[in-house]
Amino acid sequence: MSDTTMPHTPTEARAEARTVSFRGGGFAPQRKRWVGGVVFVLLIAIAEWGTRSGWISALTLPKPSDVLETLIELHQSGLLYKHLSPSLSRLVVGAALGASLGVGVGVLIGLFSYIRAGLVPLVAAIFPIPKIALLPLFVIWFGIDEGSKYALIAFGTFTPTVVATYGAVDNVDRSLIRMGQSFGLSWLSIVRKIVLPGAMPGILSGLRISLAIAIILLVAAEMLGAEYGIGAYILEAGALYDLERLFAGVLILSVLGVVLSTVIGLIERHLLDWRS
Amino acid sequence: MDIRLENVSHSYDNFEVMRDISLEIPHGRIVCIVGPSGCGKSTLLRFIGGLERPKQGRVLQVGTPPADCLNPLTYIFQDFALLPWRSVAGNISLVLEDHGIKGAAAKEIIDDVLARTKLTDFAKALPKQLSGGMKQRVAIARALAVNPAVMLMDEPLSALDSQTRELLMDDLVSLWTRTPFTAVYVTHNLAEAVRLGHSIVVLSRRPGQIREIVHLDTPLAERQFGDPELDRQQRHLWQLMRDEARAADAELLDV
Ligand SMILES: Nc1ncnc2c1ncn2[C@@H]1O[C@H](COP(=O)(O)OP(=O)(O)OP(=O)(O)O)[C@@H](O)[C@H]1O
Ligand SMILES: [Mg+2]
Repeated sequence: MSDTTMPHTPTEARAEARTVSFRGGGFAPQRKRWVGGVVFVLLIAIAEWGTRSGWISALTLPKPSDVLETLIELHQSGLLYKHLSPSLSRLVVGAALGASLGVGVGVLIGLFSYIRAGLVPLVAAIFPIPKIALLPLFVIWFGIDEGSKYALIAFGTFTPTVVATYGAVDNVDRSLIRMGQSFGLSWLSIVRKIVLPGAMPGILSGLRISLAIAIILLVAAEMLGAEYGIGAYILEAGALYDLERLFAGVLILSVLGVVLSTVIGLIERHLLDWRS
Repeated sequence: MDIRLENVSHSYDNFEVMRDISLEIPHGRIVCIVGPSGCGKSTLLRFIGGLERPKQGRVLQVGTPPADCLNPLTYIFQDFALLPWRSVAGNISLVLEDHGIKGAAAKEIIDDVLARTKLTDFAKALPKQLSGGMKQRVAIARALAVNPAVMLMDEPLSALDSQTRELLMDDLVSLWTRTPFTAVYVTHNLAEAVRLGHSIVVLSRRPGQIREIVHLDTPLAERQFGDPELDRQQRHLWQLMRDEARAADAELLDV
């Protein structure tokens, strides 16, 4: 080893040579389609195996195959659609109302100083209120029927959408707006062709969160007074400690969440393919 | 159409940026503006383009722009300012749409400017697929599409490597030779200034004042890389700027 300490001598050439170790990996998310599926299958397989062999007691977790059976029954009796369709329509109406109002108000906050000064504190005050706490109020305002459920879901999706949207508008590259002005584009053109597309990534990732909140609120609303709906179904099953049906209901919600997130993912890939 | 600046002075709050600048930008000429960092070159260009108003003095348009001119004062930015979600053709059509030019009429203009900037094959490409030099050519094509009376360029080549810069300078020269345009060209790079400028305005350090205006008579097309006369002018400009630049640099360090 002593020869390596002597620099600039020919003996250095004979010193041990090693490949430079690689340390540049990671921090670059890639699409791996199957991993998510594998995790699901693995977890379910463990649960099935555990409940069958008995080291998970039937009171702790229902057997996945029983849950599946319950689901199939639900489908065959047509009850699934009786519960699913009112839930879906509440979700669609409520979330569409809340998200579109939220994007609208968020853009206005992003564009006008007075609206920003007036509304940002208000939004900050509304954001932390658990919207479920307001359900009785909504029942008085909008009636015990669908109205109060729409309102609850709309209100719950509204605030996170507003915050995400005005943050996204703030982050639009000012030099692009300057460019639009320098070419004499009208105010409306600048908003439509520069601000909105530029804010779209932020708006869509805000929408992901808003829609998850919408599902949570949907169930909450249905638990407090609905004959049909996934929430009502889960509440009923829970009251009877019928774990199979409880899990069947929860599974439907999860699937709903995955479907919504996939749809947003598709929209993102379609609208945002300009990002590398 | 000419541009005339009359006694333009400006300060941000109590921070004096430029003092008493009077300047004539004649039709069909390229006027280069050089000066040390922070002397107000970009600010001056924003005044000329109407993106900002000077505290004192005025910026005048002398004469009317030609009838087919859609946007008389048109910028080319250092950072290209292309919309990343629009294709090359889409970025050009952006500035035409507001003038009601769509469909076949727009396509004709787009094809023409893309051909002039040698980008015909890239009409459908997105900005992220282009190199820096090509992005700036798209920005130049976009500017040409609105038939500007005056082009305002703020260090348009500074973000590019030196080979690309040479190529783009050649492109600008050949564009100008075919159809002379009026331009105000802000740069740090004296080689660019002597290559492209019919006159070169040297500003002092902040507050920016005109130190000297150098006129170059060699036609643009005859200015070659390494031309001794241009080198002499470039050295002269550097003499003028060196002390200013050094002082400006020290000033920035003081802050
Ligand atoms: N909106 C602004 N508010 C306050 N100060 C500003 C503003 N814009 C520019 N300045 C200041 O005015 C001075 C001139 O700025 P300007 O950008 O015009 O310089 P420049 O000559 O273009 O510099 P560079 O060569 O670095 O591009 C700088 O010191 C800058 O900090
Ligand atoms: Mg500048």
